[in-house]
Amino acid sequence: MRKTMLIKNGHIVDPSQDIDGIGDIIIEDGKIKEIKLKGQGSKTKGQEMETIDASGLYVFPGLVDMHTHLREPGFEHKETIKTGTLAAVRGGITSVCCMPNTNPVNDNRTVTEFILRKAFDEGSCNVYPIGAITKGQKGEELAEMGMMREEGCVAFSDDGMPIMNGSLMRRALEYSKTFNVPIISHCEDLSLSEGGSMNEGALSTQLGLRGIPYASEDVMVARDIILAELTGGRLHIAHVSTEGSVRLIRQAKERGANITAETCPHYFTVTEDAVKGYNTNAKVNPPLRRQKDVEAVREGLKDGTIDIIATDHAPHHKDEKLLEFDRAPSGISGFETALSLSLMLVHYGVLTMSRLVEKTALHPAKILGIDKGTLKAGSDADIAIADMNKEFKVEQDKFISKGKNTPFEGWKLKGMPVITICKGKVYDCRKLIGG
Amino acid sequence: MIKELLNKKDIDRVLSRIAHEIIEKNKGIENICLVGIQRGGVHIAKRLSAKIAAIEQADMPVGSLDISLYRDDIGMRKEQPVVRRTDIPCDITDKKIILVDDVLFTGRSIRAAMDALMDFGRPAEMQLAVLIDRGHRELPIRADYVGKNIPTAMSENIEAQLEEEGLEDRIILQAKE
Amino acid sequence: MKDLIGIKELSKEDINVILDTAASFKDVLKRDIKKVPALRGKTVVNLFFEPSTRTKTSFELAEKRISTDVLNFSVPTSSVVKGESLLDTVRTIEAYGVDFIVIRHSSSGVPHFIARNVKASVINAGDGINEHPTQALLDAFSIVEKKGGLNGLKVAIVGDITHSRVAKSNVYLLSKFGAHIRLVGPPTLIPDMAGYGVEVFYNMEDGLKDVDVIMMLRIQTERQGKGFFPSTLEYFKNWGLDTQRLELADKDAVVMHPGPMNRGIEISSDVADSAQSIILDQVTNGIAVRMAVMYLLGGAKENA
Repeated sequence: MRKTMLIKNGHIVDPSQDIDGIGDIIIEDGKIKEIKLKGQGSKTKGQEMETIDASGLYVFPGLVDMHTHLREPGFEHKETIKTGTLAAVRGGITSVCCMPNTNPVNDNRTVTEFILRKAFDEGSCNVYPIGAITKGQKGEELAEMGMMREEGCVAFSDDGMPIMNGSLMRRALEYSKTFNVPIISHCEDLSLSEGGSMNEGALSTQLGLRGIPYASEDVMVARDIILAELTGGRLHIAHVSTEGSVRLIRQAKERGANITAETCPHYFTVTEDAVKGYNTNAKVNPPLRRQKDVEAVREGLKDGTIDIIATDHAPHHKDEKLLEFDRAPSGISGFETALSLSLMLVHYGVLTMSRLVEKTALHPAKILGIDKGTLKAGSDADIAIADMNKEFKVEQDKFISKGKNTPFEGWKLKGMPVITICKGKVYDCRKLIGG
Repeated sequence: MIKELLNKKDIDRVLSRIAHEIIEKNKGIENICLVGIQRGGVHIAKRLSAKIAAIEQADMPVGSLDISLYRDDIGMRKEQPVVRRTDIPCDITDKKIILVDDVLFTGRSIRAAMDALMDFGRPAEMQLAVLIDRGHRELPIRADYVGKNIPTAMSENIEAQLEEEGLEDRIILQAKE
Repeated sequence: MKDLIGIKELSKEDINVILDTAASFKDVLKRDIKKVPALRGKTVVNLFFEPSTRTKTSFELAEKRISTDVLNFSVPTSSVVKGESLLDTVRTIEAYGVDFIVIRHSSSGVPHFIARNVKASVINAGDGINEHPTQALLDAFSIVEKKGGLNGLKVAIVGDITHSRVAKSNVYLLSKFGAHIRLVGPPTLIPDMAGYGVEVFYNMEDGLKDVDVIMMLRIQTERQGKGFFPSTLEYFKNWGLDTQRLELADKDAVVMHPGPMNRGIEISSDVADSAQSIILDQVTNGIAVRMAVMYLLGGAKENA
């Protein structure tokens, strides 16, 4: 017996098919069967199937989050694949890519296989591992990208441990061409950021915190762009936070460089002011920057310089954030606020809904070369349904994620995911409450 | 409801009498030092010393003493009392000290003043002069010179308003708010 | 007021009250018996996560002279790294029943963090490169003592401003009182202090011209070799205070230093020992100011 489901009367947004209008979606056995837009063809009969009334709601491909930390294996006190993927689902995210900085590091096919098996057994959404570029993320020798690729890694990155050695980065970009996979670069010149724990400027002086200058990011963005142009490798620049990076990427794209770029909700939403009072939940790397950087990032999203939005979901245990500011770990638990913060961009007129869906689902899927981020007939029914006008307060204690570390605690946001459909299951996001 | 107990003239008369009493009791002013307790006592001490000097045709040292750091209720109030100047102009060891205050009430300020003074030396003797004694002592302390005894209720306040504080000289009684 | 966390958090009025009260305590320190019973029965813990001799001694003397019971708890940060968290350490100490926690820590913001988590009064004795509020208060007290006030004074702060919590607290205090602040030093050691009306001088001679107060800062010799300046010799040649340079300042200018001094590196001996130096007054005043701070914070606590 085939299992069919109907999502009725929602505002469907699917940039992969240029769809932006009211209509119905029919799902059969976890795959999209058909989209019927209003005024096209016969009305769908819904008597005999499970029906979701999406009147007044947006229906779009579930988010493909290509920058996350699920912490398993090794740091299960911060997050597990089980809790992380369920938190993702609560946030309208249906696919996540997890960074390799686990313990052991995901720098070989055994760890990749472990993650995928765990995700298959316990994951609520799709999990795509990212392998390390170098063994142990040490920046010394290349890891076995080919074998990890074969096992299921979709991209490679040393993430928080940027490869300072220019020659090695060059080789990584060259070598990755064999498998046509993106190299994701966390752009940070460690010698410039050394000892820093927030953005460098008048505020860091005022708080007595050592600063991380914007140059620390910009210098590496420039280097990596040049190396990408030299090698022809596919460079994806992670979490763009500065005005300078946006400018460098824009110029590079104008030249036709084969690069893509991402940013995270916190970089287009808050400034370094969130750190005031030594709020370790606002400590993140790269650090929150100034207003002009926030504006430049928004501009970059608007004009297409920045291709995608990812969360850089980085959960930490409460005790780890209850530390001296300079000793607390960096990171924001982002799954459960990302879509709402992104919807704010639609409210502000920075992006249309359709452009937003490109950046949260379609583009990441394309960069990763995975068959996601679309509602085309035959694709997996990974769907997010959101109420654009629902106002709510961010409450970290209700996060499903083990990481309650958010600088948005108590914020009032407008627009939230209400239903997520993933791997054949329907989740009511409003009823998913953690503790 | 404010009731005036002493006016400018009354205060002056009372202080003249105390000046005479001090001279009489101590058979002159040799070896005497007046020490006023901040704030009202300081002004009274100065006035007394002027009167005594006029009678005896000789000056005596006059000091001021702040007792904030010797109070027994520190840490019980939300705001700490303002610490004012202490100025003891001579070595008090073997001197006759006459402590001066405006209103004598529980005796706790006098206890603090005695402790404070003892940190400056070992006086030969200490006497106490007050403008008003309103009763309700909580410690075994009595004044050697009293301007006026005024029986009061605990619910009342007595305030010595003095010219030195920019007010008109008078002693008033009012109900506590 | 429950805590003294930083000068930034104080109003001008708060500072005036502290300085006035400190004057009374300075009188106490001139007596034969230098101790008053004001905080009898209260307990202070000196919680030093960073080695310190001067500040700790000054606090300890102040604490004893205001009759508190003093507990010293020195923890090298390295052993904290291995063992219990800062919060656990502090909660343990609070369970001893202390009324004041005097804290020094190499991480900025730690006093703020502790103050939020304990009922005891927290006094910042220096946090990272953020603030050292009692030092700025004693510096202000010392300047007022010599100059009668702060408004309109030209004050040059010379040296490693970036890593100096003393300099920062002084800038915050002086700017509240309308002093003209000059930051003098190598560009590598002068941070962005926009918003505090400071003037920056890389040239020592220009920076000292006609100033009323010169605050010298200790140069950490470790900075050499990290690219901040090439050698102490070159540093002294460019930013050291010697008699010749002192002559550029107002003839009644006073010279200050928070100690410990590096003679011949940031200040020459003849300047340090000159009649214009008030470095030792700063030491004495430090005790009075710290007594005043403790006295003023010693009022009843809301949740005590």
